[in-house]
Amino acid sequence: MTAPAPLTLSETQQAALIRKLTALADDEIILAQRGGEWTGHAPILEEDIALANIAQDELGHAGLYLELRRALDGSNPDQLAFTRDAAGYTCARLVELPRGDWAFTMLRQYLYDAYEAVWLDAARQSSYVPLAEVAAKAFREERFHLQHTALWVERLALGTPESLRRTQDALNALWPHLGQLFQPVAGEAELTGDGVLPDLNAVRVRWDGLVVPHLTDRCGLTLPPAGAEQPGREQHTEHLEPLLAEMQRVARDHPDAELW
Amino acid sequence: MTVPHAPLTPQAIWAALDTVPDPEIPVVSVTDMGMVRDVQIAQDGAVTVTFTPTFSGCPALHVIRDSIGQAVRDLGAPAVEVRSTLTPPWTTDWIKEDARERLREYGIAPPAPAEDGLIQLQADATRCPRCGSFDVRMTGSFGPTLCKRLYVCDACKEPFEGFKSI
Repeated sequence: MTAPAPLTLSETQQAALIRKLTALADDEIILAQRGGEWTGHAPILEEDIALANIAQDELGHAGLYLELRRALDGSNPDQLAFTRDAAGYTCARLVELPRGDWAFTMLRQYLYDAYEAVWLDAARQSSYVPLAEVAAKAFREERFHLQHTALWVERLALGTPESLRRTQDALNALWPHLGQLFQPVAGEAELTGDGVLPDLNAVRVRWDGLVVPHLTDRCGLTLPPAGAEQPGREQHTEHLEPLLAEMQRVARDHPDAELW
Repeated sequence: MTVPHAPLTPQAIWAALDTVPDPEIPVVSVTDMGMVRDVQIAQDGAVTVTFTPTFSGCPALHVIRDSIGQAVRDLGAPAVEVRSTLTPPWTTDWIKEDARERLREYGIAPPAPAEDGLIQLQADATRCPRCGSFDVRMTGSFGPTLCKRLYVCDACKEPFEGFKSI
């Protein structure tokens, strides 16, 4: 295989790519933490294991993104995850929301998995080869999440009146937050133009084509009206700070720990 | 006493790596799993082993990396570098034929051929590793490790783990 000519990024492009990689990783880390909160509490043992698996995979993906960032600016992934406070995190508000009930958890994971799978699928074509490689790797893993959570959403929506009510409530609560996932970070447009990052509009169209018929036709759910204008990724809900306090506690208490 | 080492050859290194077990599935080695992609020996004897992670979030990766380094150092290599690569991405298609048989004997259904499509709503046909029946049910789409799923065989009534096809 002949390697394509290496793409050289300008300083502003590099800064924008770092912002994007960090945002992608932050979404994964925070959602994984929410998934991990179910450990020991999921309705059945198999689902306890499944959510732990999914959370572990998402952390693996965060690790891949942060390794790409390390190659650009030498930053340490563990330090980024465990020492940044809420003001420094750039996760979407969707993943910060408290875990809620099982319907909320599964629906959020499904909406996110579909977004991630579609984004990764497109990112496999990135002109920035290290990102294309990461996307090719993570995409294979993400399919399993989507397969699993899509079935759960269907099962809950078509289950009992109570499970349908909870799933619809979850959709109503989550839908307004979705737009943020498809919002570019500062400088992203230029990177999209150069084929470094997927076009988020195209990703959104494909996501809609996948998710909307599943939710409405297959699951019989009603889509709420589209959300209002989305704030930037620097504006967080009040839920992020307590989550980080718990997630970072050990790392902050033992900053020099080498073995966990 | 220092045991004299034979001159280092790629064959010797591959043979040593054949004995490095997968920490989560000790009946197969890292080479059985197709994780070792390349072995290079420099003029000065420094060895570079390139390996590819199975699942990106696999918690055993650092153990695997350390074990590969140790196995090569044990052969007397003056320096060892264990590099990781994501390209081409690891696939269960690289698991060796005889290793698949060992997995089956160990009670883990080997993976079906991998596909690269976006979404599969139907999992691949899985055969019970104990009695060979296709009359099986998946009871958990994720297993005790990232690479496996949980099944029950309705023919012999035994629960078992199956490798994901990735």
